[in-house]
Amino acid sequence: MTSALINVPAKAKRGDIIEIKTLMSHIMETGYRHTATGEVVPRDIITSFACRYNGTEIFRADLFPAIAANPFITFFTTATASGKFEFEWIGDNGFSETASASISVE
Amino acid sequence: MGINHRMSRREFVGAGAAAVTALAFPLPAFAQAAARVVVIGGGFGGASCARALKQIEPKLQVTLVEPNRTFTACPFSNNVIAGLRSLEEQQFGYDKIAAGGVTVVAQAATAVDAKARTVGLADGTSLAYDRLVLSPGVDLRFEALPGYDEAAAAKMPHAWKAGEQTLLLRKQLEAMDDGGLVVIAAPANPFRCPPGPYERACLIAHYLKTKKPRSKLIILDAKDTFSKQRLFQNAWKELYPGMIEWVSLSQGGKVNSVDPATNTLITDFGNHTAQVANVIPPQRAGRIATIAGATDNTGWCAIDPLTFESKSAPNIHVIGDACIAGSMPKSAFSANSQAKACASAVATLIAGRAPEAPKLINTCYSLAAPGYGFSVAGVYQPKNGLFADVEGAGGVSPADVPRDFRAREADYAQSWFATITAEVFG
Repeated sequence: MTSALINVPAKAKRGDIIEIKTLMSHIMETGYRHTATGEVVPRDIITSFACRYNGTEIFRADLFPAIAANPFITFFTTATASGKFEFEWIGDNGFSETASASISVE
Repeated sequence: MGINHRMSRREFVGAGAAAVTALAFPLPAFAQAAARVVVIGGGFGGASCARALKQIEPKLQVTLVEPNRTFTACPFSNNVIAGLRSLEEQQFGYDKIAAGGVTVVAQAATAVDAKARTVGLADGTSLAYDRLVLSPGVDLRFEALPGYDEAAAAKMPHAWKAGEQTLLLRKQLEAMDDGGLVVIAAPANPFRCPPGPYERACLIAHYLKTKKPRSKLIILDAKDTFSKQRLFQNAWKELYPGMIEWVSLSQGGKVNSVDPATNTLITDFGNHTAQVANVIPPQRAGRIATIAGATDNTGWCAIDPLTFESKSAPNIHVIGDACIAGSMPKSAFSANSQAKACASAVATLIAGRAPEAPKLINTCYSLAAPGYGFSVAGVYQPKNGLFADVEGAGGVSPADVPRDFRAREADYAQSWFATITAEVFG
């Protein structure tokens, strides 16, 4: 099981506005919680998300402790050319995940 | 109190000593004889409550409003789906309740006037009440799932109200080819019978393993955790290896829409076309609760846990699946426990006294296969306006026990059903 889920349309017409959906499994521990014995549960969150379309960054988001577990990020872009969407999540404790999806634009 | 002349508040205070003395004696008989309680909904909650009211205070005029002459119980209906039980074994009538002095009115309640304290019925007549108890169960929120409606439910059954839908799902499973895909869509919390979808997955898998062993079952879930999760997941591995796949919310399991024409369930990350699709949609309190002004913006009914009185509609009490009961799950046992506590509170309020805080019990049994049961039990008391778990009471069945332990729990489940249905309808 991969921790990333991606939904990019397999095909689109040039100029179409397409919806991209992503979901990354992550606990998003805020760093504000305490254990029963009073110790702080250390922060462990995703801090940034980015999407590149044929190498060009088209979407970026900074994430903060208020964002719930398993961040579900969706956005829209214009289908300009066939090629590849690349996704990258970076976070605390060296967290780094990538995923990619191809699109065919006519 | 049967005081037959008007008193100003000042006079009343002055008469305090006399009033206290009067309360020490039994209340005037006519005040109790005049008290009318109407109960809407003849399920585990309403039928239990009507009966309990009459048992606690025989002088009360208790009316039970329920359009169906036969009640079809949901607990154990997953066994009907799996071909292990007949629907008739789920069905009960109201004759014994009527024989106990409850007036049973076989009409649908269509209106509630909380100011005039009347209930309007489908035949145009109305009933006056001093206190009203609503036990309307759940309504399915068809609008919350695009593509799903009553017509779609004839193709993709919910089977979340026992009866025709239960039989439809069973027939679809019987008609399915070996090697078919069954998909269950489970809703987000809160909903009726939290372990229900997972017990259903087990018992359908039992049917498939026995009759159609090449088939698969996928649960598409709008949640990441569920009731008795570890016990269910262990049972899936032990009894049905490779047959059941659970797709949680964080794995993209939430169904956003359905297409009944192609029997397809659509999530954010993929489509699942099923031979048999069991779509359990989100739910809300039964419609009469909204008509009565007892629901809040969640679609459920906020109550005072001491009395079950609605926080928004005075003199109207709400029990069972429709009420917001904190930690108490929406189950038949919860409804029955709440019904008895509510009946006691209503009788106490009518008698002019202050109800005491109730302690309530719930147990939910689930079957993973015939002769393989487990349970979760809890004890609850009012805390911060809701029902909270009594710490250290209740619990779930242990994870690692021999099969005869599971067999005993399966027997207890049968006994539980026989006992509760006898208490409510027998």
